Amino acid sequence: MNLLEIKNLKTYFYSDAGVNKAVNDISFEIPKGKTVCIVGESGSGKSITSLSIMRLIDPPGKIVDGEVIFEGTDLLKLSDKEMRKVRGRDISMIFQEPMTSLNPSYTVGYQIDEALRLHQKQLNKKQRFEKVVESLELVGIHNPREKYREYPFKLSGGQRQRVMIAIAMACEPKMLIADEPTTALDVTIQAQVLDLMNDLQKKKGTSILFITHDLGVVYQIADEVVVMYKGHIVEKASAKELFADPRHPYTKALLHSIPVPGVTPRKSKLDTVDENVDYLSFPKEIR
Amino acid sequence: MERLLEFIKQYKRNRSAVVGFIVVVLLISTAIFAPIVAPYSPDIQNLADRLIPPMWDAKGVSSHVLGTDDFGRDLFSRIIFGSRISLMVGAISVGVSLSFGLVMGIVAAYFGGKTDLFIMRIVDIMLSIPAILLAIVIVSILGPSLFSAMTAIGIVGIPTYARIVRSSVLAEREKEYVIASRINGSSNIRLMFVVILPNCASPIIVQATMGFASAVLEAAGLSFLGLGAQPPTPEWGAMLSDSLQFITTAPWMIFYPGVAIFLTVLSFNLMGDGLMDVLDPKLKDK
Repeated sequence: MNLLEIKNLKTYFYSDAGVNKAVNDISFEIPKGKTVCIVGESGSGKSITSLSIMRLIDPPGKIVDGEVIFEGTDLLKLSDKEMRKVRGRDISMIFQEPMTSLNPSYTVGYQIDEALRLHQKQLNKKQRFEKVVESLELVGIHNPREKYREYPFKLSGGQRQRVMIAIAMACEPKMLIADEPTTALDVTIQAQVLDLMNDLQKKKGTSILFITHDLGVVYQIADEVVVMYKGHIVEKASAKELFADPRHPYTKALLHSIPVPGVTPRKSKLDTVDENVDYLSFPKEIR
Repeated sequence: MERLLEFIKQYKRNRSAVVGFIVVVLLISTAIFAPIVAPYSPDIQNLADRLIPPMWDAKGVSSHVLGTDDFGRDLFSRIIFGSRISLMVGAISVGVSLSFGLVMGIVAAYFGGKTDLFIMRIVDIMLSIPAILLAIVIVSILGPSLFSAMTAIGIVGIPTYARIVRSSVLAEREKEYVIASRINGSSNIRLMFVVILPNCASPIIVQATMGFASAVLEAAGLSFLGLGAQPPTPEWGAMLSDSLQFITTAPWMIFYPGVAIFLTVLSFNLMGDGLMDVLDPKLKDK
């Protein structure tokens, strides 16, 4: 059962220099309660894909064509007002940069409360407070009642990312888009955040679209993997298949550019992704 | 609360700003308690006591501390009541320029593109007209009164606020917390005024404080030219122009209202400087 289906999505950016086809005719599905990873190098269109799902593409960018079908409705056909209701309530998102993703002028609690206030109008102030405290607890913040009143500048990077996740999970969305949420964190915190997301997925049955260029992270959390290259999907497979048997040359190049403990010989040179090869000329491997 | 204490601590480091703040507080309290502080009504004429010099002059009397004017009105009382008018002018004209400038600046920066172009060209046009000239035009349409002077000063101030708000909103708009709030489902209005605006407050507060001082000065200027407050209103600028013909015989009539204007403008500027030091991180610890 698929929660989200993306069909032939095209997002282009228009400038004087010409048209940049950032996302060029991609299709993939996100099953309910599963984690799909999009991997690819910088500029491959990963983030634009996620922003297109949320319909947060600002001019000069434009979603030119395609369908984003969420539980049977095409999000691209909703009015702005209807789309605002989907954001935060049904689909939520966390970002790479925890330092600037929180509003410095408001307390942590207020910001978690925002989505509740906008989407769950039946709750009164006290019920919302309890829910906020609960979600802070859920993401592993100690003393949630005290932290509620604190401003973001007092929190560490890891704590901020936890708060971001709490904000995203406040309304218990059906889908969470995580755009490189661990890239700016050190490895210990990164592992904690990944565990946390895994836990939340198990508890709430949330589908996760995880965007990263870190194949180590993909190996840890992905059910399905989508490999993007220059706006195209070059390979799509389950995580198991992809790591065991990468078929597309670009995927192979990516996998060979990171060391594998016990497999890669010591002091040997790692492969790099060759800039001069046009990987798009190879047939796409969609499994 | 902690932030407020930290703010006060930093503000206190700037001595002249503290002095400015104290003078401003004194001014506001005199304005509020004018009928209690002032010994006489500002409009009561007593032709028998015309042109009495201040009390420390040989001819002065202790009942009129700063002397009297050509109608025998107590100068000290008039200056005290004048503070009400000046502060009101400052507050209302800053209010006018701030509310229009704020909305224009925020809309221009937030929507960008053609909206931005349109609004900012209007602002450019307003900036290209000399302030005093625009004020004179407005006054000549509405007729000379305190109200027209305030409107004129308010309108003249709009471009400055629009530009300051626009530039700080432009910087904030790109931050990720704005997208984060959009993802939560915030509407444009909410994003502009609830999410972004509080983060642009510092330069706006500083500009409003400084603008207050210049509004007081401009109002005095317009009244001096006969375009603002009309007699017998005890407006400082109007008092200056009334006393021109007595400048050699009764110099105190022109000196003390002038001092009042000077002190008000100076104290607001000092306070604005102090706020800028604390609120604007770019100028901090220079």
